[in-house]
Amino acid sequence: MSAATGTVDGVRGRPVDELVAWTRRNGWNLSLLAILVVLLVFTKMINSNYGVSSIQGLAISVLPLALAAGAQAICVIGGGIDLSIGSMMALTSVVAASQMKGQGEEFGVAVVLGVLLLGLVLGAINGGVIVVTRVPDIVVTLAMAFVWGGAALLVLKTPAGGSAQWLKDLVLGPAGVEWIPKATVVLLVVVAVVWMPLRRSKVGLSIYAIGSNQLAAFRSGVSVGRTKVIAYALTGLFSASAGLSLTASTGIGNPVPGPYTLMSVAAVVLGGVSLAGGRGGVFGPIIGVLILVLIQNDMAFLSLDPNLALVSQGLILIGVVMFGSLIQWRRSRR
Amino acid sequence: MAVAATDLLLEASGISKTYGAVVALRSASLAVRPGEVHALMGANGAGKSTLVKILTGAVRPDSGRIAVSGLERTAHSPAEARRSGLVSVYQEPALIPDLDIRSNLRLADTPIEAFRHWLGELGLGGLDLSSVARQLPLASLRIIDLARALAIEPDVLMLDEMTAALPANLTERVLDVVGRQRGGDRSVIFISHRMIEIAAVCDRATVLREGETVGVVDVTERSEDRIVELMLGQIVEAVPSEAGGRAAHARRAADVTPRLAARSLSSGTKLEDVSFELYPGEVLGVVALDGQGQDELFDILSGSQRPSGGELLVDGSTVSFGHPADAIRAGLVYVAADRAEALLMQRSVAENIALPFTTRIRRWGLIDLGAERRRVAGAVETLQIDARAGGEVRRLSGGNQQKVTIARWVAGGVQTMLCFDPTRGIDIRTKSQIYVLLRDLAAASAAVLLYTSELKEVQLVCDRAIVIFGGRVVAEIDAADADEPALLRAAYNLRSDAALPEAVVAGSVAERASAAEVQQAAAPADTSPPEGDVGRLPGDEG
Repeated sequence: MSAATGTVDGVRGRPVDELVAWTRRNGWNLSLLAILVVLLVFTKMINSNYGVSSIQGLAISVLPLALAAGAQAICVIGGGIDLSIGSMMALTSVVAASQMKGQGEEFGVAVVLGVLLLGLVLGAINGGVIVVTRVPDIVVTLAMAFVWGGAALLVLKTPAGGSAQWLKDLVLGPAGVEWIPKATVVLLVVVAVVWMPLRRSKVGLSIYAIGSNQLAAFRSGVSVGRTKVIAYALTGLFSASAGLSLTASTGIGNPVPGPYTLMSVAAVVLGGVSLAGGRGGVFGPIIGVLILVLIQNDMAFLSLDPNLALVSQGLILIGVVMFGSLIQWRRSRR
Repeated sequence: MAVAATDLLLEASGISKTYGAVVALRSASLAVRPGEVHALMGANGAGKSTLVKILTGAVRPDSGRIAVSGLERTAHSPAEARRSGLVSVYQEPALIPDLDIRSNLRLADTPIEAFRHWLGELGLGGLDLSSVARQLPLASLRIIDLARALAIEPDVLMLDEMTAALPANLTERVLDVVGRQRGGDRSVIFISHRMIEIAAVCDRATVLREGETVGVVDVTERSEDRIVELMLGQIVEAVPSEAGGRAAHARRAADVTPRLAARSLSSGTKLEDVSFELYPGEVLGVVALDGQGQDELFDILSGSQRPSGGELLVDGSTVSFGHPADAIRAGLVYVAADRAEALLMQRSVAENIALPFTTRIRRWGLIDLGAERRRVAGAVETLQIDARAGGEVRRLSGGNQQKVTIARWVAGGVQTMLCFDPTRGIDIRTKSQIYVLLRDLAAASAAVLLYTSELKEVQLVCDRAIVIFGGRVVAEIDAADADEPALLRAAYNLRSDAALPEAVVAGSVAERASAAEVQQAAAPADTSPPEGDVGRLPGDEG
């Protein structure tokens, strides 16, 4: 294996062809971006006060959910699903909050690193149980959701704890330019540091491989069990960073999981990741999260019943996925 | 230690493997010398695939020993087997469908220059490595799989039915490349149902029967009979070849209504104008090179697809099928080449056989289990299905699975059976049982339409045959005249006095597709030229 193999190219197409090919490959993400822009314009139209502070608020509220969606995307690409993401977020969040309360800023660094490691371990346990017991992913992670959720309540009975100031400063407020929230920068940095190199690595390829066709992966020499554990460990890592972002943005730790698990599944589906595995990436689900949250906000601005917002969110989800399949079907017929 | 052992590149002995009550391998042995191409032969269910899986570490044997270059070793995964020099190309390509070829190569640590070299040798030099595997045709994937295996220079390369899905010129390239491995330090284990290929490239053959190695044969011109004898164990009663008698019997008075009649059926660009009549009591053969529209024809007849033009008549009245259920209701039942299309692989033999007629007879209400059991038992008996592993159909051998797909229709009483290459990839013994069954159906005045890629089946089973070329019926031949050369000429749309293309050798029709056509089949799907050119031979315009 060498990095050079990637650069030995065959026939290179014209730049225009490559652009077309790139657009085609990223068609789903580009469409999502377009929907997002339309939604933002719509939001501005119905609420003329929508400005810098609203964008800042949006970025903060989206951050934990976006990281959760990234977490879910990784294990779904690997052909699995993780229903314990919300519980892992709660557990890592309360561990961070309870340890950082009343401690110095430097100690906070150690806590953050420790909690990230904890996330990796929690995920690896999920994956390990799935591989060793051969119980289906959905069952194992559902069970582990109770385990991690219970553990979170053992750490903190009620929302409490605290956060190091630097951690709050990391996500709150603008990053230099007032239109660019720090939370967005953090999100991009986490994805860029963890996901981008991973995707191009052999481990990343192996995750796509086991999600795409486990038998073919096995026969290509991929260690299916090990890859699965790695995928779940990465899901745990992303869940831990989502948990930390909760602590950072609220300043406390809440032992009761939010609606993150199911929202992450919704975002993954909306983001063009096939639930059958092997297809998609992390960016799509993140844009998907923005769309889902913006729709909720717009419903509030229009002073519609929030329950109606939930109904329409579900319908939109089905509609979008159906539309996507329709496009794929038409393309395959040509 | 035994000196003889070090002469062998690979030696496996006393290998056994059972799955529950089913014995897949009893006592298999295999000895491969360096520089030889070694055939592994056996009827379906003899244990070839299991042995290959054990050698490559995909399955663990219950007992036995395996030595590579005299050193004993056990592999627990394909990756481990690969490190000790054993690599297999499986029947289903081991490429990740959602990754492009370059990523697939990286995943398996394949040296890319060597891969390109072999790809060129195998006739796919123009392949774009950024194509996603899912979008490439099966033939290309198999070639890529082979090139990938060759590129890592294994000591022992195992090819499991490598040529099965390949068109003629790619088959030729593969055989050429395999043949060139002879005489070096490396060896090839070659599995194929096609005797001609065995004769062309193999030095020796190990024959398995019922999980046991029953003989090792030096491959010569006259070894074919010996191999068949070993494979079968007992002499299978030959299907009486009374084609002449049948043809006369098949000629009908003008007033007999055909069971099924097609009038100028068409479908897109693939099927242009197909008409024929199928009478009760006959087996009508359909012969065509690959991709001449036969797939579309059978899709239309079985109700999976609507024709874009033409008319279909059952018992003289026009029908229109919107769903396979409509076709089944009109008495047209379909037996596909691919068993996986037809069977509920996780369910039992009994349920699979019972499914079509329970849904038909008892639309609502409870299933009469007693009646169901009787009919299923009758069908299992008629078809001599080996139902030891009957709990789950996926554990049966390919031949027995195919018998189940036929049995399900026979159990319900069949009027018209549409068979699409039903004997593909099936051992000789099961084949002849299926031939007898089809004749029996015809004798009971059912009508059978049989597409076959094996030309000799026409004279063995059919009363007459139609030949399709470029989406049109180009010939109708009585079984008496339908010897292989005649059918082949017709399949290539040649006049009877024209010479056959030189590349043509004995084998199945699929192997004989013209070079031009094959190039297209091998090219990535999105670059194939317009449909109109498919199947045209050079110098075939006249």
